[in-house]
Amino acid sequence: MRLIAEKLTCVRGGRTLFRNLQFEVAAGRVLAITGPNGAGKSSLLRLIAGLLRPASGRIALEGGEPGQPVGPFAHFIGHLDATKGALRASENLEFMQVLLGGGGQTTGEALAALGLDGLADVPVRMFSAGQRRRLALARLLVAPRPLWLLDEPTTALDAEGQETFAALAAKHLAGGGLIVAATHAPLKIPSVQEIRLGTGGAA
Amino acid sequence: MIAPLRAVFLRDLRIAFRVGGGAGIGVVFFLALVTVIPFAVGPDLPLLARIGPAVLWIGALLASLLGLDRIFSADHEDGSLDVMLLAPAPLELIAAAKGAAHWVATGLPLVIAAPLLGLLLGLEPALLGAITLTLLLGTPALTFLGLVGAALAVALPRGGLLVAVLILPLTIPVLIFGVAATVGAAGGPVPFDMPLRLVGALSLVTFVIGPVAAAAAIRNIRD
Amino acid sequence: MAFYELANPHRFMTLARWLVPVCAAAAVALLAIGLVLGFRAPADYQQGETVRIMYIHVPAAWLGLGIYTLMAIAALGTLVWRHPLADVAAKAAAPIGAGFTLICLLTGALWGRPMWGAYWVWDARLTSMLVLFLLYLGILALWRAIEEPGQAGRAVAILTLVGLINVPIVKFSVDWWNTLHQPASVFRIDGPTIHPAILTPLLVMALGFAALFLALHLAAMRNEILRRRVRTLRLLAAAEAC
Repeated sequence: MRLIAEKLTCVRGGRTLFRNLQFEVAAGRVLAITGPNGAGKSSLLRLIAGLLRPASGRIALEGGEPGQPVGPFAHFIGHLDATKGALRASENLEFMQVLLGGGGQTTGEALAALGLDGLADVPVRMFSAGQRRRLALARLLVAPRPLWLLDEPTTALDAEGQETFAALAAKHLAGGGLIVAATHAPLKIPSVQEIRLGTGGAA
Repeated sequence: MIAPLRAVFLRDLRIAFRVGGGAGIGVVFFLALVTVIPFAVGPDLPLLARIGPAVLWIGALLASLLGLDRIFSADHEDGSLDVMLLAPAPLELIAAAKGAAHWVATGLPLVIAAPLLGLLLGLEPALLGAITLTLLLGTPALTFLGLVGAALAVALPRGGLLVAVLILPLTIPVLIFGVAATVGAAGGPVPFDMPLRLVGALSLVTFVIGPVAAAAAIRNIRD
Repeated sequence: MAFYELANPHRFMTLARWLVPVCAAAAVALLAIGLVLGFRAPADYQQGETVRIMYIHVPAAWLGLGIYTLMAIAALGTLVWRHPLADVAAKAAAPIGAGFTLICLLTGALWGRPMWGAYWVWDARLTSMLVLFLLYLGILALWRAIEEPGQAGRAVAILTLVGLINVPIVKFSVDWWNTLHQPASVFRIDGPTIHPAILTPLLVMALGFAALFLALHLAAMRNEILRRRVRTLRLLAAAEAC
């Protein structure tokens, strides 16, 4: 499975963030999107996920049916964690598991993998920012999908959390998955490709 | 396909019961409204009995509007709406599941409270059954129309009043037939079953149109 | 599709430039003729001179409903055919339609006072127009609330179409409600048939209002296009500065 972007142009608020962007990501590879604030990293991720419409160009997944949207094959974890404070961690994760079609680890296993196993019955409003981020990442394990679209995945994570994430990512890539991540800081994965935005347009 | 929708339904229901006063708050508001009106009108029992069905319906309408504006905004603000857009289940069905949860959490308690409040307004016991039935059949229409308003205003801060402004004209037919059915149950020239059936029909129609229009409006914010 | 690329619908602007004065002139002429005919038409044997207010009231009602229909067609243009000018047309039409509906309501109230002693009696037709007015106000509120023009256009289009489905339902329910509460209808402008001496001024006034609408609408569309250009330029200037 490959992710292919052809001639992507993004216009937000009258401003062209990038024009005629072109790239391919093969299975087992990582694409890192870097650049200063406001350069369009989050917009590019949302574009790939189908949460934003490009001004021109298209995104396609080779290996799937032609013209099929990327959405059902991708996990999108943006800046926001998509967790509900009123619900317990286990309830949050179970919801994600059922909503996204399940088929991966159990919620117990996923929480343990992210170091949250003691907190399964705690309401999320009591979590710290780092714990919420880990809960958000746990959804990657309960419902496996080939493409991971991650916006600053390691924000608010401590060193141990970052190592955990790096291990999960490595395992995903080894299994033939793809990762596209927007990031300020360098990820602790040997990243193969980089796109730098905010330098005036095309990569 | 059922499992994700049931998960959405249960999640919204759980949040409704745990947050912001829970299910009781709608009923308390309903009670407060029904209490305030006689102070404005005067303790004139025959008059109150005449306007009783209308007061109950207006109370149900306003109490339903409570929290309708947050039905999609809350998910939009914490990123859950993005995940729902990428889920295998169609957004229309997800919207319908959220609407159903809102009705169970807000509308249904009002229906249950209505007979008691009807007594406060001096309605005859025979009428209480009728008004409960009309509210049972009609409050879903209010919720599903509200879905449309909530979706249109999803990304707007303080959308509450705007949502009410958008929805209220659309709810007028439900109000007309709902009250008429109740009055008809008391006997008189107006039949009972015809308006009742129209109320039911309106609920069925909005059950389809509401989620479809709401999903279209939500997808609209993809710029 | 980025709207800034569409902010120069050249053909429309050139068309509007000469069409607006033509329609305005036609409107003035038609309305003048219509009013003259209206005053020369026979007075109603029941209602006397006050019936003449109908020559404004009825065409205003027709325009209020017609403009809503136009907005609904524009809504389809936005959502289904993605015509670039459709949402501009819808946005420009909304305040004008609301205005005509308001004129209908006000003239209805003025007519009611000498007739029935009350400014508002909740008869079926006027009440339906009041609900239509509320729908217009909701649409105007939504236009104002969403900043980005393309997004606003699509949101209002959805609302307009939902409202359109609702209009016949509201009309039916209000008529039904009114027959419950008030057997007599207040404003009957027709006896067994409408006398041609009354019909002609009515149609002339209606045409005059239509020409007025066209002139105002085209001018408003031009303004909206210019307004969007200014917005785009401002956004670009802000982007350059940072």
